[in-house]
Amino acid sequence: MSARGETYAWLAQRASAAVLALCVAVHLATLIFAVHEGLSAAAILSRTRGSTAWMGFYALFVVAVAIHAPLGLRTVAAEWLSWRGRGADAACTAAGIVLLVLGLRAVAAVTL
Amino acid sequence: MAMREPEKPLHASVWRGGERGRFQSYEVPRQDAQTVLDVVTWIQRRVDPSLAYRFACRVGMCGSCAMTVNGIPRWTCRTHVARVAVDDRLEIAPLANLPIVRDLVVDMSEFFDKWARAKGRFVPTATRHDDFARVRPDSPPRRDADEAIQCIGCAVCYAACDVVAWNPDYLGPAALNRSWTLIRDARDGARRERLAAVAGDAGCHACHTQGMCSERCPTHLSPTASIAGLKRASVVAALRGEL
Repeated sequence: MSARGETYAWLAQRASAAVLALCVAVHLATLIFAVHEGLSAAAILSRTRGSTAWMGFYALFVVAVAIHAPLGLRTVAAEWLSWRGRGADAACTAAGIVLLVLGLRAVAAVTL
Repeated sequence: MAMREPEKPLHASVWRGGERGRFQSYEVPRQDAQTVLDVVTWIQRRVDPSLAYRFACRVGMCGSCAMTVNGIPRWTCRTHVARVAVDDRLEIAPLANLPIVRDLVVDMSEFFDKWARAKGRFVPTATRHDDFARVRPDSPPRRDADEAIQCIGCAVCYAACDVVAWNPDYLGPAALNRSWTLIRDARDGARRERLAAVAGDAGCHACHTQGMCSERCPTHLSPTASIAGLKRASVVAALRGEL
């Protein structure tokens, strides 16, 4: 990848990491709250269904993961497997698309 | 009067041969304020004159005596045996991440070729007809480069860097640190080319900020901070469309 591409890739990974730091904290706090309150699946769904806020939050979470994870995988492939270049980039992009589709499907399932 | 007990000799395992060499053991008498370089020199002068190693100044100025001592890259002239020997044992090997020429001597070509690849050469913008450039010592660019310009190119950071081990094309801490000093040099005229040279997949963005270079640097410089500076500078340049 070009110097420009590498720089944007680095920036995207850093920016998505910053978003993830916030999202993971909120997600964990939500999990702990749900377990402590003993909320049932139905009770959780009644809160998330039709909620634009939860949909927006988890959609952002999924997008950040779909950006962050493939860039990390790309580095792991390069450093541990010595797999670099277009093939590796394409595989990591595909992994990102899979994460995005699966994640957004899950968000849609609990918020729509 | 109580006699001072004679100290136990030092058991030094020294790498002999090339890449496919092996460690050979030597018994070396202990001395006061003995350095690892003293140990290597004693072996070469008293036991085996064929032992190859590099040194020059012996006082921590030239950076040529760097070796791996008990697994850690160090300047042997500034490393006291008493501080690093474990149970009177020392393991002395050539620097990691560089091809071994023989015994404790490594081939530094790749290390310095990477300085060239990182455009580590000053490109002047002024001619002999111009006045001297005035660089204020307290200006932020100069302060950024203050420490970094003290690097003497001993390759300890390069040997300590895991990213170099994982990606042999990675330019490494020293070359990137050198590049950063020039990026912050108000007189230099190759900023754009230099950023393009160091921001590729073997450049500054490959750094994991693990900080082993800064941890091991014998002059306590921080190549990690220099590389972070390059990352920031390349992002700004990319956003401005200059990369």
